[in-house]
Amino acid sequence: MTPDATDWALLRLLERDATQPASTLGRALGLSQPATWRRIQRLEQAGVLTGRHLDLDFEKLGFGVSVFLGVKLATKGRVSLEDFERAVIAIPEVQAVSHVLGLYDYRLRVVARDLADFERVLRRRIMTLPGVGDVEANVLLSEERLPGPLG
Amino acid sequence: MLDDIDRRLLRHLMADPSLATSALAVRANVSGAVATRRLERLRSSGALKGTRAVIDWAALGWAVEVSLRFTLDKTAPTAFDDFLAAARQVPEVIEIQTFLGRVDVRLAIIARDMAHYQQIYRTKILVLPHIADIEALMEVARIKSAGPLPI
Repeated sequence: MTPDATDWALLRLLERDATQPASTLGRALGLSQPATWRRIQRLEQAGVLTGRHLDLDFEKLGFGVSVFLGVKLATKGRVSLEDFERAVIAIPEVQAVSHVLGLYDYRLRVVARDLADFERVLRRRIMTLPGVGDVEANVLLSEERLPGPLG
Repeated sequence: MLDDIDRRLLRHLMADPSLATSALAVRANVSGAVATRRLERLRSSGALKGTRAVIDWAALGWAVEVSLRFTLDKTAPTAFDDFLAAARQVPEVIEIQTFLGRVDVRLAIIARDMAHYQQIYRTKILVLPHIADIEALMEVARIKSAGPLPI
């Protein structure tokens, strides 16, 4: 879909805080509550708004370490990809998995309570995954999200 | 620190971030007043930062997402600061992460198509300061994203 200027403004507001009621959003945009609601519905139906994300401070919740792993599979083929994917998504410490093209086959985001806990996850859960080959780890130091084309 | 009630509330909220407080209270088996008070405490401690809408850039026409991993020339003392400040000015950059490991910085970049990506890469990325090396990983598929924190 091609959003108009009002849709963009609405996306900007929702990207900051998705819990605002349509009436509040409408007031900020100079729209009535039903008109705002219809626009949200349209953005959802077009697949632009796919859901909500709870922003948590991992460190405050006891997860002091986030590590990104680049994983290369040792053996390839359809079956090994499926086996690997099925096993990796079941690991609770694995927050995100992307299939990528390039130096690695998969990119994983792993959380742990501390480095000792991370080592446990790496040894017991990651290195034992079916088909796993080379693994590269980078410990996350800082992270920021930018509005991108929302400006 | 978190107790069982906090954990229960967070687990249900992570599973469905659009739950209203009253519905959340029912699922977590606590009274509405308790749920309200606990959520307020999690917010004021900074553990719960907010709820944002998830935008699917592909549905808006940004079909390509690339992870660019940079090694910086650390002989310049301001390499990190200069690089990050310049990267923040590129509108197609939606995420910036810094690491301890083989990679120094990762940028997530979105583009409308491969030709657009090429253009961004040449005119906006290669000109960023203090780059020693760049590797690209192209996102093929997201297998798991924002899995719940194992609290």
